[in-house]
Amino acid sequence: MPQIFYTEDHEWIRVEGDTATVGITNYAQEQLGDLVFVELPEAGKKMKKGDVAVVVESVKAASDVYAPVDGEIVDANGALSSEPALVNSSPAGDGWLWKMKLADKGQLEGLMDEAAYKKHIG
Amino acid sequence: MTDLGQKKLPLEDLHQAAGARFGPFAGWSMPLQYPAGVMKEHLHTREHAGLFDISHMKLFAVSGPGAAALLSKACPLDAEALAERQSKYTFFLTETAGIVDDLIVTRLGPTRFMVVANAGNAAEDEAHLKALAENFDCKVTPLDRVFLAIQGPDAEAILTSAGVDGSHLAFMTGFEPRENWFMSRSGYTGEDGFEIGLPEADARELVARLLADERLTWIGLAARDSLRLEAGLCLHGQDITKDTDPVAAGLLWAIPKHLRTDGTFVGAAGLHKNIALGAGEKRVGLKPDGKQPVRAGAQLTDEKGAAVGRVTSGGFGPSAGHPVAMGYVAAPLAKLGTRIFADVRGAKVPVDIHPLPFTPHRYRKG
Repeated sequence: MPQIFYTEDHEWIRVEGDTATVGITNYAQEQLGDLVFVELPEAGKKMKKGDVAVVVESVKAASDVYAPVDGEIVDANGALSSEPALVNSSPAGDGWLWKMKLADKGQLEGLMDEAAYKKHIG
Repeated sequence: MTDLGQKKLPLEDLHQAAGARFGPFAGWSMPLQYPAGVMKEHLHTREHAGLFDISHMKLFAVSGPGAAALLSKACPLDAEALAERQSKYTFFLTETAGIVDDLIVTRLGPTRFMVVANAGNAAEDEAHLKALAENFDCKVTPLDRVFLAIQGPDAEAILTSAGVDGSHLAFMTGFEPRENWFMSRSGYTGEDGFEIGLPEADARELVARLLADERLTWIGLAARDSLRLEAGLCLHGQDITKDTDPVAAGLLWAIPKHLRTDGTFVGAAGLHKNIALGAGEKRVGLKPDGKQPVRAGAQLTDEKGAAVGRVTSGGFGPSAGHPVAMGYVAAPLAKLGTRIFADVRGAKVPVDIHPLPFTPHRYRKG
C-alpha cells in the first residue's frame, strides 16, 4: 500500500518501497493554469531536497518544482514532452513528473499527510 | 485578495463575481484571468470576442485653441493634420528620443483631442503634458472613466445588439457617442474591436447588456498579454522603454515622414540623430525552435555564444500554437530567418528571427 505525502509547495509524493513518484497537486495546477511545456530531469541526476527538479511553464510564466527530499532521479514522465496538459487534466495520475530513489526515508516524516495538506490549502 | 497600496478598478466587484484571480500590474490590482484560464480566454477572443477592463489606462482630454499645437509639441505628431475622428498611435519622447510612453491621440473636434496613455506612466504623462501646456492656449484634463475594450471578430455585432453602434467606424477612428463617452475602433489584440471610455454607472449598465450575449466573456490581463504579443504589439516598460527609441523599435511608421527629418517636438533632435546614425539594434520577432517558451529577460547569443541581444517579451502563443517572443538583436542579425540562441536556465534554445505579427492582424480598415 503506497503512502502519499504532500509538501507546502503543493507537490505530492507517492512512496512505494524506497522509490517515490512526485507530481504537483490539483491545487497547484489550478494556480498555474494551462501548461505548455515541462522541462524534465534526466535519469541518474542526484537531487538534494530543495533543488529544482522540474520547470513547468504556462502561457504566462515558468515555475520551479523542487525535489521534496534527497534522492536520485530514476525516471521522468516522457509523455509530458508531447502533452504537457496531462498535468492539468490528471495531476495525480498520468500527469506525474518524475520518480526518484529515496536517499533518506527519514526525510518523509517532515511532510504532510492528505488531511494536513487539505488544511494547508484551506 | 488585493494588496494595500494598489489601486482598485471601479468594477472590481464584477470581476470578483466572475471568479477573477487578481495580480498587480502598474500599480493596479488587475484581473489576470477568470476560471476559463488564459488559453481558452485567448482563443475565445480570436474566435468570438472578449471584454477587457482596461480602466487602469488613462484618458486625458486636451482642449482649447492651442490643443493641436500642444500635441504637436508633446509628440512626434502632426496634430493639425489629423481629420476629425482620426486616431493616431504616437509617443512621448525624451530629449534623446527614448520612449517615455506610447499613446493614442484622437481628434474629437477642431480644438479637442482625446489622449489614451498607459497606466504605469499616467502620472509622468500628465506632468509632461501639463508642463508643456503652460505655453499653449489649452487645458489638459485627466478623466475619471471606466475604460472597456471589446475585441474580436464578433465585437461589432455584439455592441450593436447592446445598442451601441460602431459599425460606421473604421479602425483607428473614434468619437463621442454620448456625453462623457469616448469610443474608438481600436485595440491591442490584433483583432477588430472597440475601446469605450465612459462613466462608471453607464459602464455597469453596458457591461450587463454586453455579457448577456453569449459570444462575449471577460478576458484577463494574462490573455491580453499573449494576444498582443502574438500581434507583435509592444508593451511599454518591456519592449519599449526610455532606453529604446522608435528607430530601434521599428516604430518609425508611426511618425509622419516630414517629422523624421524636421520638426520641433520634444525629442526631435535625438530622433533625427538616431535616424541619421541608423539603429544599432532592432526589435524583431523571435520564434523558439521547439516547445520551450523563451521569456522576457533571456539573453540572446550567436552560435559562438557572444551576446547579441535580449528577449523583451516571450511566452506561448495559443493561436500560433508555439512559443512566441520578441526582443532586440544587433542590426546585422535582424534579417528574417537568422538563427540565434536564447539562454534559458543555462541551456541554449535555438530561436529564429521571425516576422511580426505571429498571427495576422484582422483590423477593419475603412
